[in-house]
Amino acid sequence: MNKKYLPLAATIAVFIGLFLIGGGLYRNFLSTMVLGNILADNAFIIIAALGATFVILSGGIDLSIGSMIGFVGVCMAVLDSMGWHPMVSAGLMILFGIAYGAFQGFVIDFCRIQPFIITLAGLFLLRGACFMVTLDSVPIHHDFVDAYAAAKIPLPGRGVLRSSALVMLASLVLAIVIAHFTRFGTNVYAIGGDKESARLMGVPIRRTTIGVYALGGFYSALAGVVYALYTSSGYPLAGSTLELSAIAAVVLGGTLLTGGVGFVVGTLFGGMILGLISTMIIFQGTLNSAWIMISSGGLLFIFIVLHRFLVGSFNLRGNS
Amino acid sequence: MSDRGTLNRIIALRHNRAVWPLLALALILIVDGFISPNFFDIRIVEGRLFGNLIDILYRAVPAALIALGMAVVIGTKGIDLSVGSIIAICGAVIAWRIQAGDPHLLILFYALVAGAVCGVWNGFLVAGLGIQPIIATLVLMVAGRGIGLLINLFYGGTNPSFESELLQGLSTGNIWLIPTRLFVALGLFLALWALIRRTALGLFIEAVGGNAAASNLAGVNSRLVTFFAYVICGVMAAAAGVIMTADTHTSDPVSVAMYSELDAILAVVIGGASLAGGRVFLGMTVIGALVIQALTTSILISGLPPEYNLVIKALVVMAVLFLQSDNARSAISRLIPGGSR
Repeated sequence: MNKKYLPLAATIAVFIGLFLIGGGLYRNFLSTMVLGNILADNAFIIIAALGATFVILSGGIDLSIGSMIGFVGVCMAVLDSMGWHPMVSAGLMILFGIAYGAFQGFVIDFCRIQPFIITLAGLFLLRGACFMVTLDSVPIHHDFVDAYAAAKIPLPGRGVLRSSALVMLASLVLAIVIAHFTRFGTNVYAIGGDKESARLMGVPIRRTTIGVYALGGFYSALAGVVYALYTSSGYPLAGSTLELSAIAAVVLGGTLLTGGVGFVVGTLFGGMILGLISTMIIFQGTLNSAWIMISSGGLLFIFIVLHRFLVGSFNLRGNS
Repeated sequence: MSDRGTLNRIIALRHNRAVWPLLALALILIVDGFISPNFFDIRIVEGRLFGNLIDILYRAVPAALIALGMAVVIGTKGIDLSVGSIIAICGAVIAWRIQAGDPHLLILFYALVAGAVCGVWNGFLVAGLGIQPIIATLVLMVAGRGIGLLINLFYGGTNPSFESELLQGLSTGNIWLIPTRLFVALGLFLALWALIRRTALGLFIEAVGGNAAASNLAGVNSRLVTFFAYVICGVMAAAAGVIMTADTHTSDPVSVAMYSELDAILAVVIGGASLAGGRVFLGMTVIGALVIQALTTSILISGLPPEYNLVIKALVVMAVLFLQSDNARSAISRLIPGGSR
């Protein structure tokens, strides 16, 4: 097996291992119902993490994800109360996400500002914009939202794939195609691997950087749409600190934060691992939510150390 | 001719790193002066100085302390995302030990030790295992508030409150009309300044941040220096944690010091240091923290709804970052005739 698949293999092994441990500890855990629920409950995190995967693959970072999710949610809710169809407002907000992401990408490349700082300003800006739109939780009442919540595809066993999970899986396929079968995807890996070499080889740095953050904005806005439809409301504090969960999902999925190494599909499993941990702690019943934070942090630690030693021993960048 | 020389000298000033942040601070204060005519008044109320300027200094103290530690870490080309979590842990430790009945001076020591231990953990991950700082400190950032909650859960219940004359005196008391925490901040600033600028440590930190491999070859123990930077940052965060926790009389691990790591990093960047490492500007970092607090205060006194706070803060930060970028500055210079070099 090619060594570059090792982190991905480790992620999938941990996911299966955790699922089996859960099955051993709790009755009814090892079922398609639990799996379907994890997919649906974590769909928005995984969708946002897909965008973050591209940004991180290019060697950057996007901290504005959580605020974008909140902003999209409150805008959709307010537009709904003004009589807009959710699909129309969703389309508008996704366009906004792409435009805002492209703006961030442009500033990063033009001003040579670290992505960390400018997306941090984006975090404040969009969260503040949420508060300016509304300070209350606004419900979304529309037939479409009811239809969205009711739609499901039955799985073998008692499980179902809800619409959120379907949107997530479709976004995953799109992300895999973009990352691995387009020139743009190759350019992203090239910039993340070594920006200077990529420039010398003729990779269009500015266009690719703008594209990467626009894609990140697209996925965060889509995650916001899914979150708003899933909770059928908009809440100005929705999605707080979600950027960290998204980044954690990407790292758990085997993508190196240094950029250039990783697989989009790993992010799916990274997000599912986070979902599994909280599901297991909820099944346990007696444990405090503090344990979700501590076990996520602990698992993150194990993965980071694992990656560190994999990179140290095989020089993944050279082989990928 | 001399007029021309003065003008040129003023124009040349824009290349001085201290000018832009100070200009930003002055601009905010001047705007405040227009919005509220009594802005600069300072009077004595209940045995302490009272006024907007004092208030800005007073409220900026925790952020400035965190930012000072962060400046040291950023100097080594690192970053510490876990400072908010360190503050949460510190608060939990304080509440726990006060309920256990320890002498309060000892508790102050415990809180600082808790911060140092967190710093040792981060330093171990970054310097010992060689993990990228942003990920290494993400671990404690994710887990730290959970640890604080657990300490609360085992000793004292949810959000335990406490009374401590010593700690609250340090945080909210005053000496000779002046808030005590300003003395605390000044003392810590001078201690850190002496440690960085009056020993070789500062030079080593900037060398490691500039080029770790080269400084290793020159005989600097890069790992040890990096390790120490994280311990310093942990202790400074703990000091801020003592002040913040004593201010609210409670330990609230979930929401205390939310986004404080981001404010601290902003303060360092506004102070002119690059996240690429190699520079530690302690004085400018304090100015950066003051810019952020002055902005927050002026939004409050301007009568704008508080929900505008974040948006305005973000826009100002973007403007400052934009002005710090060479590309953007030369684009502006081209627009202003006579300003071009």
